[in-house]
Amino acid sequence: MTTPIPGQISEVQLDPLMLAERWMLDGREVAVATVIETWGSAPRPVGSHLVIDADGNFSGSVSGGCVEGAVLSEAADVIATGEPRMLEFGVADETAWRVGLSCGGKIQVYLERIG
Amino acid sequence: MDPHLLRQLNAARRDRQAAIMLTDLADGRNRLVMKGDAVAGDLGAAIGKAFLSAKSGIVEADGQRFFLNVHVPSPRMVIIGAVHISQALAPMAQMAGFDVRVIDPRTAFATAERFSDVDMVADWPEDALKDQPIDAFTALVAVTHDPKIDDWPLTSALTADSFYVGALGSRKTHGRRVERLTQAGLSEQQIARIAAPIGLDIGAQSPAEIAVAILAQVIAALRRPSDSAAARSSPSPTATGSSVR
Repeated sequence: MTTPIPGQISEVQLDPLMLAERWMLDGREVAVATVIETWGSAPRPVGSHLVIDADGNFSGSVSGGCVEGAVLSEAADVIATGEPRMLEFGVADETAWRVGLSCGGKIQVYLERIG
Repeated sequence: MDPHLLRQLNAARRDRQAAIMLTDLADGRNRLVMKGDAVAGDLGAAIGKAFLSAKSGIVEADGQRFFLNVHVPSPRMVIIGAVHISQALAPMAQMAGFDVRVIDPRTAFATAERFSDVDMVADWPEDALKDQPIDAFTALVAVTHDPKIDDWPLTSALTADSFYVGALGSRKTHGRRVERLTQAGLSEQQIARIAAPIGLDIGAQSPAEIAVAILAQVIAALRRPSDSAAARSSPSPTATGSSVR
């Protein structure tokens, strides 16, 4: 995609992978987080994406707001090192030292740099 | 993620092609698999299954763990005929997650008043579908009763192997339709894919009830394709005993 097509702009804005491509073409450094496994009740299904750039801009979601902050801070490291990371989030009281999912489920998130 | 593969994946998604982004969870390497690509072994079998179910997930194959992210286009529903049934069916199908377009060249039927908030085109299907040809992820619902309007989109949907093709009309009407489509060169097997009489047999009477019967049948064809294929090839006596006219 080189020039935005009128009427398709919102689609790109809503779609994390389309936006990731746009950011990449703009020369930004981008990481993609993907829900790869869920247990119990999970807010976003397997395959959901969150894209993050080096400045902390993001789009999409892996949990509907519960753990995005934690993923964002990990993304800065992944962008810097290029090493993919596996993140796991469970209920807040089981992993009190970090953020958790209030719905009681557990999710595994794969975080990787583009390029 | 490989940037080149991301661009290929997005291009495939824009073209409404089914694709799987495969990630080797040991080393993070990606591979893009298009529907129809031959992949050998256990992994190939897992990929085939993932395309069918459209469900993303982790698979273990050949001693390795892979994440398969399945990307299939959102289903479309093209409704030929801006009739009463369509007025009920279009919003119901939208609620169920379909991209809906209603097409009818008869401008008396296809009015914005009757179809607010619906992509409605008052034109012949041949022209109305130029920018959006019927594909495998489109359900075609033909409800005009008029061969001049219905036959072209039906033929087009059968040729494109749409996941659902249904047509309104009595068995007599359908018999004549079968004759015409046979003359037009479609095979017996292709024509047998048409759900006619259209809709699940739930005793539907009003336009809204018929819309429910049609939508349910479309969803079954989308989510359980093998079941609905079996249902078509051996219709039960009750299913053929009543028809939506």
